[in-house]
Amino acid sequence: MNWRRMWAIVVKELRQLRRDRMSLGMIIGIPLLQLVLFGYAINTDVRGIAAGIADEANTSASRALVMDMLATEVVAPVATADTPQQLMAMIRRGEISVGIVIPPDFERRRHDGRPVAQVLVDGSDTAVQAAAAQLARVPVDSATPDMRAPLRSTPPTGAISVVGFYNPERRSAVSIVPGLIGVILTMTMVLFTGIAIVRERERGNMELLIATPLTSTELMIGKVLPYIAIGLVQVSVILAVGLWLFQVPVRGGLLDVFVVAGLLIVANLALGLMISTRARSQFQAMQMTFFVFLPSILLSGFMFPFAGMPKVAQWLAEVLPLTHFVRLIRGVMLRGAGLREMWPEALALSIFIVLMMAAAILRFRKRLD
Amino acid sequence: MNAAAAEVASTRGAIRARGLRKVFGKLVAVDHVDLDVPSGQVYGFLGPNGSGKTTTIRMLCGLLTPSAGEVEVLGLRIPQQAEALRSRIGYMTQKFSLFDDLSVLENLEFIAAIQGIPRGQTGARVDELIARYGFGDRRNQLAGTMSGGWKQRLALACAVIHEPELLFLDEPTSAVDPESRREFWENLFELADAGATILVSTHLMDEAERCHRLAVLDRGRLVADGTPAELTGALAGRTLVIETDEPRRVRGTLQSLSGVLSVVQVGNTLRVLMQEAADAGRTEQRIDHALGQAGHRAQVSAVPPNLEDVFVVATRGGADERTRAA
Repeated sequence: MNWRRMWAIVVKELRQLRRDRMSLGMIIGIPLLQLVLFGYAINTDVRGIAAGIADEANTSASRALVMDMLATEVVAPVATADTPQQLMAMIRRGEISVGIVIPPDFERRRHDGRPVAQVLVDGSDTAVQAAAAQLARVPVDSATPDMRAPLRSTPPTGAISVVGFYNPERRSAVSIVPGLIGVILTMTMVLFTGIAIVRERERGNMELLIATPLTSTELMIGKVLPYIAIGLVQVSVILAVGLWLFQVPVRGGLLDVFVVAGLLIVANLALGLMISTRARSQFQAMQMTFFVFLPSILLSGFMFPFAGMPKVAQWLAEVLPLTHFVRLIRGVMLRGAGLREMWPEALALSIFIVLMMAAAILRFRKRLD
Repeated sequence: MNAAAAEVASTRGAIRARGLRKVFGKLVAVDHVDLDVPSGQVYGFLGPNGSGKTTTIRMLCGLLTPSAGEVEVLGLRIPQQAEALRSRIGYMTQKFSLFDDLSVLENLEFIAAIQGIPRGQTGARVDELIARYGFGDRRNQLAGTMSGGWKQRLALACAVIHEPELLFLDEPTSAVDPESRREFWENLFELADAGATILVSTHLMDEAERCHRLAVLDRGRLVADGTPAELTGALAGRTLVIETDEPRRVRGTLQSLSGVLSVVQVGNTLRVLMQEAADAGRTEQRIDHALGQAGHRAQVSAVPPNLEDVFVVATRGGADERTRAA
């Protein structure tokens, strides 16, 4: 390992990057674009679900209950009806997603302590179902095997309490931004090194380099180092914008955040190098990158809860660096956990790094055949 | 290289290959090539595209593993000791392989570092090369924006930055204008005078003529080797020039004659290459007589053979025509 040769690669990469406007733009452009996309457009907070109301009691107390429900803004009234049957028809036709039914004997039920209202939910959209559950407390009765939601009781006080930990306002940006750091790093870092070696092979530079005393290790480490710095710049941008636009908290140590991000950056760069030693063309490297990127997004727990996935998918997810990163970063940023408490996840990332880097160095041959 | 080492290298030769062979799938790219390249000379590889020049060079540098055969370069067994060879050779690839998006200076600095030139000496060495190859006002120009001739100059400067004992140049002048080519060759002789051995491949006859020695390759086989004088001398008496007003018709007649290997039209003259014959001395009269009988008005005269003739004989003559000058 000759430091001067390795450093020469680092300097060369940075100089080339400085003149590559497109890639330079990607470093800042991709994080900003994704942050805005995920933060604003892809919003799992459901607001303003179309609702129909059938207040068969029509007393001051029943009207107050309806007003309380509407005040949550989870539902927006678009229709009124006389009977629950009419609401059911509207749901079936897709005109409304939620029906609120106050039975005629509302006052007596209230007096007896029996369920006073019914919330009919279109169960075909799980997001709506989850949101509508906010309207009522978790019911005691079990679900009916009907497409209708079960009868739910709402106490006459109309207090709707859904207790959420760490994200009491249930703002999706808060839970998305930490994971998004990982998604952006996976997308950009793997691609950077993924094409790094193939590109030089395509342009003919590699034939020159392998005819020199440069070793595989010097080349590989020299290629990784500059992008670590670039990855950390990306992390800073995402954190700053996340804080500014979405008030995403950093409850743990800022240093821990960067250490965790650093681990993911190196893991992805090593994976990219591995891809680059296998791919025959830049296009192939791109394809392989997306081959890794898609399962990362879907299985890492960034988009869908890890617990809900089948066992096989979970095993597969354990191999992906993003899975461990999402657990780590949510722990550090949202729950205020220390890196020491989450060492098994950090260890998993470190093992991934060592294996990939070794594989890339061993696979790279200073030969043309 | 000290004097004693130089002595050893010159007696052993810079490159020695025996039975060198490379097969890609079903294609035999290089077929049983024996090669001896003496030290301190400019040694040429002459052959058309696809004749195996690049593959041979790559095997000699240790970039490709031979399918069969033995190679010894600067006393090292290749490919086993290829790593030890790296710092002692310079390799200029056929395609420009420096970094288009780095400047002249940055490319030189990068290669200097990769070749292990100490940091303290890099500045002086780079300045020296910039001065010698005339990059003065182009030192900050991006390599990709320069013309073919300048790119080749930069590639040569980078290939010699660590003062290698042996230089491999793979068709270095293929994308270069004649003026730049001449300068490039002046540089090569300068390097050879300084003690370097240079192996240069080309498909240009005028370049081949300037080499101290050369090997002619055709379809992966070594078909001739020797000094240019030896190679052309072996064809003495077999080349004729015919001046005539009706070159197309005369050419037709010549091609039907026995013993005529090739006829090439150059303006109003025809250059004729004869097969090897016992009565070589009377070839001129025999052709003159044959043309007269066919009713052509033509002036036949003998001319000295050139490398193009050597090439035609070597590639078309078959095994019995193999020219092997000592």
